[in-house]
Amino acid sequence: MTPLVALEAKAVPLMRDNVDTDAIIPSREMKSVSKTGLADGLFAGWRYVAQGSRTPDPAFVLNDARFVDAQILISGANFGCGSSREHAVWALAEYGFRVVVAPSFSPIFRANCVRNGVAPISLPEEAVSQLAAAAERGETIALDLHAMTIRSGAACFTFAMEDEARTMLMEGLDAIELTLKRRTEIAAFREADKVKRPWVYLKK
Amino acid sequence: MIGGDSAELSRGQTGRHTKARTLAGMLWEEHVVASLDSDTDLLAIDRLLLHERTGGVALKSLDEAGRQVLAPGQVFATMDHIVDTFPGRSDKTLMPTGTAFLTAMREGAHKHGITLFDLHDPRQGIVHVISPEQGIVLPGVTLVCPDSHTCTQGAFGALAWGIGSTEAEHALATMTLRADRPRDMRITIDGALGRGVTAKDLALHVIGHLGSGGAKGYIVEFAGSAVRSLDMEARMTLCNMATELAAFGAIIAPDGTTFAYLQGRPFAPVGDQWEAALADWQRLSSDEHAAFAIEHRFDAANVAPMISWGTSPQHAMPLNAMVPTAQSLQGSVGQADYDRALAYMGLSPQIPLLGMPIDAAFIGSCTNSRISDLRRAAAILDGQHVAPGIRAICVPGSTQVKAAAEAEGLDRIFRDAGFEWREAGCSMCFFAGGESFGAQQRVVSSTNRNFESRQGPGTRTHLASPETVAASAIAGRIADPRFREEASA
Repeated sequence: MTPLVALEAKAVPLMRDNVDTDAIIPSREMKSVSKTGLADGLFAGWRYVAQGSRTPDPAFVLNDARFVDAQILISGANFGCGSSREHAVWALAEYGFRVVVAPSFSPIFRANCVRNGVAPISLPEEAVSQLAAAAERGETIALDLHAMTIRSGAACFTFAMEDEARTMLMEGLDAIELTLKRRTEIAAFREADKVKRPWVYLKK
Repeated sequence: MIGGDSAELSRGQTGRHTKARTLAGMLWEEHVVASLDSDTDLLAIDRLLLHERTGGVALKSLDEAGRQVLAPGQVFATMDHIVDTFPGRSDKTLMPTGTAFLTAMREGAHKHGITLFDLHDPRQGIVHVISPEQGIVLPGVTLVCPDSHTCTQGAFGALAWGIGSTEAEHALATMTLRADRPRDMRITIDGALGRGVTAKDLALHVIGHLGSGGAKGYIVEFAGSAVRSLDMEARMTLCNMATELAAFGAIIAPDGTTFAYLQGRPFAPVGDQWEAALADWQRLSSDEHAAFAIEHRFDAANVAPMISWGTSPQHAMPLNAMVPTAQSLQGSVGQADYDRALAYMGLSPQIPLLGMPIDAAFIGSCTNSRISDLRRAAAILDGQHVAPGIRAICVPGSTQVKAAAEAEGLDRIFRDAGFEWREAGCSMCFFAGGESFGAQQRVVSSTNRNFESRQGPGTRTHLASPETVAASAIAGRIADPRFREEASA
């Protein structure tokens, strides 16, 4: 995973609450047993004029020429709710987004972001609105994960993020690799637990 | 909020090692392999469930990294999300590229020695229907699945939550997850549900009051006399929809109802192990003085049969109410979102939904497709026929549910009423590129999500109980199942 410490980029405002993962990547766009080939399907239901079509709908904000090359997505509350499909994050990342800013996220979506090098930044609604307005004006937005700040012009907002998630993002770590270093601890836990709860440890 | 009868009692961090523990807190602590930092623990995972939508990609990625499945005996897989539900189905699917998902799941499961409930296995079905059916979920276990409705299985007193594919791969390789400890919320529901009011109505009532982000970051313990009196299938329906509150998960303390349900199930412990397990499970409840960061209370007697009017499960209202105005929602739904939802659904403020013509009726999904759901719907359909022009579909949640329904003759009732009687699977709860309802079609559905285009591009979904779906199918309009019962009584 590519580490993400700081980023200054254009942002695109998609100001709706409850943007669900079915909207981010419709199930019909998840065509192969793969984590890639998803960018074209991103927001397909809103982005194109008709289902199955690839003709951009000019009314959808992602198709606005001002926001080409945006790497930051700004949206409403409860972003990424619904289905747990990680394809939603894979599609956002493949399209080019490294950061999503919203008042709140669905917990599964948020965890999926961290595992894929996309920073989920929660800010109060007022701050999100200010950043969205800045994005509308074509201003860039700067994220600093180390300082836990996001700024646009003179406005600077601080956000909170768990140490674990922040480290994962900043160092581009593979969680599985990290956990496998604790093999011995895991084996010891399982051996001890097996004595207490043998019925849990089904054998194949 | 729509005039909630719930109250936020206290907020604040619950201590990590306070003496009085919540059930969820206790299970969490007992599964900590290592503390990673102040928020995050490495947690032991007891059960991992996979399905063909995301299982194949997780196993493929595992293979590419050269990793092994640590404990195949604790991993189970099923075909539910993409598989067709037509009689005589095969690996060929209506979803154009669906076959590859089925094949990848099958090959991955065989290669790694994972038990798979394949297409023609009598144990096949929706993952959250078959896991309880097979006794895979047990009280006190940690259970994860790359599916947001995994919270369903918290009904058994398990710590059960939905994850993504990378997390599934992590669990496959290590039987652990790096997880952030959620805060504790308790939703206490006392009193008795009225006649014809179900767990589905209760779930929609709670979500309507608390909103679609109402439990974000929390694990929700459902408690109270109304919850205690629900059978296991109704408890699953209630817990199923906790993800629509953005909850980490839901949990109900196990009791005699839970144990009776599980005894004798294929993967449940037997003999001395059953006795030992039972003794252990008796202690699984929140301590009397356990601190919950937030408490909400509801009176079951205030719950009406519910239906959704908009495009989020929080857009729910009593069946006999009028579509709310933006003002009456008191800011819980923004004006732009409200306008968008109403336009999508083809509705106006302050009109009744009762009597609204529909195009289709759907009974199925991990929310409402178990035998008790089908029995209650069949009781309404018995001797009746769906209105002309209505497409009505019933998809049992598992092959076992289907067989049980057929043994009772429920399939005849559904078929005679004009319902399609399908093979088990997730089916048209969501549109995967194969089958769908049409644009602007109005569907009354026993499923869990009324998102834009969830059941088909442009399809208008109204969430309701199986009874309401059945009554509406007969009437050809949104109908109250209680009046039908009275009329035929």
